[in-house]
Amino acid sequence: MKAHGSIRRRLFFQLAGVAAVLSVAFFVVLRGVAERAAEGTQDDILSASATAIADSLRSEDQGVTLELPYAALSMLGTINEDRVFYRVVAAQTTLTGYADLPQSTTTPNLGEPIFATFDYRGEKVRAVSVSRAIGPVSDATNVVVTVAQTRLGLEAISRRITATATGVGVGFFLLATALSLWAARSALKPIERMTDSVTRRGPSDLRPVESNTPAELVPLVAALNSFMARLRASLSQTEDFIAEAAHRVRTPLATVRTQAEITHRKLNKPEHKRAIREMIRAIDESSRSAGQMLDHAMVTFRADSLTVDALDLNAIMADICDRLGPTADLKDIVIQRDFWNSPVTFKGDGILIQAALQNILDNAIKYSPEDSTIIARVDVSGAITMSVTDQGRGFGGVDTNRLTTRYARGANVDEIVGSGLGLTIADEVARAHGGHIEITPNPEGVGACVSIVLPIG
Amino acid sequence: MRFHCITHWLILASALIASPAIAFEIENRRIYSADPERSVLRIISTADLNVFDPILRAFQEQNPGISIDYSVAGTTELMKAIYSEGAIFDLAISSAMDLQTKLANDGFVQSYSSAATATLPTWASWRNQLFAFTQEPAVLIVSDAFFTPDTIPQNRDALIALLRESPERFAGRIGTYDVRRSGLGYLVATQDSRNSEAFWRLMEVMGRLDAKLYCCSGDMIDDVASGKLALAYNVLGSYAVSQQATTNGFHIVELTDFVNVMLRTALIPVNAQNVEGARDMIDFLSVLDTRQDLTSATGLPAINTMSLQENTAFRPIRFGPGLLVFLDQMKRRNFLRNWENSLFQE
Ligand SMILES: Nc1ncnc2c1ncn2[C@@H]1O[C@H](COP(=O)(O)OP(=O)(O)O)[C@@H](O)[C@H]1O
Ligand SMILES: [Mg+2]
Repeated sequence: MKAHGSIRRRLFFQLAGVAAVLSVAFFVVLRGVAERAAEGTQDDILSASATAIADSLRSEDQGVTLELPYAALSMLGTINEDRVFYRVVAAQTTLTGYADLPQSTTTPNLGEPIFATFDYRGEKVRAVSVSRAIGPVSDATNVVVTVAQTRLGLEAISRRITATATGVGVGFFLLATALSLWAARSALKPIERMTDSVTRRGPSDLRPVESNTPAELVPLVAALNSFMARLRASLSQTEDFIAEAAHRVRTPLATVRTQAEITHRKLNKPEHKRAIREMIRAIDESSRSAGQMLDHAMVTFRADSLTVDALDLNAIMADICDRLGPTADLKDIVIQRDFWNSPVTFKGDGILIQAALQNILDNAIKYSPEDSTIIARVDVSGAITMSVTDQGRGFGGVDTNRLTTRYARGANVDEIVGSGLGLTIADEVARAHGGHIEITPNPEGVGACVSIVLPIG
Repeated sequence: MRFHCITHWLILASALIASPAIAFEIENRRIYSADPERSVLRIISTADLNVFDPILRAFQEQNPGISIDYSVAGTTELMKAIYSEGAIFDLAISSAMDLQTKLANDGFVQSYSSAATATLPTWASWRNQLFAFTQEPAVLIVSDAFFTPDTIPQNRDALIALLRESPERFAGRIGTYDVRRSGLGYLVATQDSRNSEAFWRLMEVMGRLDAKLYCCSGDMIDDVASGKLALAYNVLGSYAVSQQATTNGFHIVELTDFVNVMLRTALIPVNAQNVEGARDMIDFLSVLDTRQDLTSATGLPAINTMSLQENTAFRPIRFGPGLLVFLDQMKRRNFLRNWENSLFQE
């Protein structure tokens, strides 16, 4: 399955993006506020200075006079080394100060300073003007005091603030990014946990997922659980169906066979007896074929979800030899057991391995002449090898590669009937367990040798 | 490395620089020519030649190839030259901090900073335009002909009391700056007036005793040493110290109530032509405190925070726009009127 994007990455980038936007906003706000505060401070000092000058204006016989207070100008030098200019204008004529310092054309109202920013003597200055009416009320002179200061100190503060704001903004962004990385990871933890718990399950474990599920994943898990419930139901239905079908086909055939044998015993005419024997053989073949087809269906079904049990292959082989003993006896065939001297443990599906061995041994008996020997062998030198060797007709001239395909039968079969599914089943079982089958001539003389080879462990 | 030092003694009224109408007055001028000469550094300074000579020679030794054209002018004349007349100098050195501050504030000075200027304490420079290199107290000097060590007044109140007690003894025998003519005298007087009400009482007593007014510290020291004066008030301490090396007959008194300490500053005018040389000189002066030989040869105390803190009476004059206050036309007019009223009583 190809991954389409990553939630974690998207989550991370979105969070980091938000952090970036917030950092920039933070920077802008911090700088704005701090600069306005710095400007406000300069304005306040300028107003205080202008007010101090205005307060020391006096009316004298010759007109307005001013005793410039020392603090009025010295206070402007306390926080920076900016240049300072001032001008006092009484009734449109400059009383003292810098006569060329621009003064606002509108006369400021009493107690309401007017601020302005402009270029003066080659530098930007901040200026404040305040006014006072001096002299007798009837004939007051309007005096305007302007104090101006360059803004180098302010610019230095602004640079410092910008540096601080940048530092704080970048720090905030880095911290937020690290946190988003962590958040993205931790938000996806439950998914990882669930993936883990589902992956760790056995193939036939179709129980509903019950790990603590976050609210957002509840619908997904519910859907998954209901899907698994349906799967479980349909699987058990299939199993039931196979068992049922095998039962339904075999039982009537067994009945028919019994009746045929009874009839055979009662009949006297040799040609009638032969006809009935033919019939019994056909019934046997049908029964075996039905069995094999059901076996094959079962193998296909079980191979998809292999049950893994600890098995002893010696025991399984012995069991199969026991089961097919009577059939071999009918042809006076001896099954010689050459097993491994200690239990051969293997993790796999016992039912499937049984089916595979049964088909192989069944072939050996089927294709062997009467009064011969079959060797059933379990060997663990190298890989695990379970082989059945007979003294029958062997595969002389048969293309052994295609015998494992479905319904394929060899040219050596003559009158012996079969479905062509036996080796197919054995092959599919071996491959489901990570192994394969080997079809070779009997290395110790005439006959065939068919082996299931499985990996150790 | 060899260089000649040719000294010209020129007493000039005008025609110093190739400018048709020179109105400011040069008191003294000397040219230290270098051979070979790479550039000429034109300095206008209030420091007397005999005081500053060792520094100029040491600078030239360290910076061969720079000829120095050194002109001495009074503080007011220096201000006039640069502020009103646009005279061209590469470096202006003055102890009138208020005038230097006005030059910087009003845009007549260019900025400079270097590793050397960075070694100055913050209070010893302003705007990277004014660089202080000496800290010089304004002192009282008393003649040995009038005072035995135990009769010397130690503070302004004692001085006033003494002068009031025996007017016949001191009449016509006390001296101080004519603040109308001397920028330095004006600075010290205005700072005095800020520091203590005793200043005006002292001026009034001096007025009653028909005080003699001087343009310069040197003349006052001479007259005290010779016994013409009994005492002189607000004399530049550094000059008195260097004079003491050759002249006897007077004592230097640092009054205990407070002592104004002035910073002698160098600045580069905006229209300087040999900016490179001027910067070299500022770097040289900024680290004057490392040249023990020069400070003792000149009697000029180099910038040193520690030595300022040693005497609690020291009031170093602070840079800043506050120094512009007494330069205000109206304020100056009022101050001079008060000063004259105190000193010239009918
Ligand atoms: N033991 C054996 N000896 C000889 N031939 C065999 C043996 N086992 C299998 N074969 C050959 O392989 C073919 C495929 O076997 P299988 O798939 O079991 O089908 P069948 O139903 O024909 O036995 C057989 O038709 C036969 O030709
Ligand atoms: Mg078969």
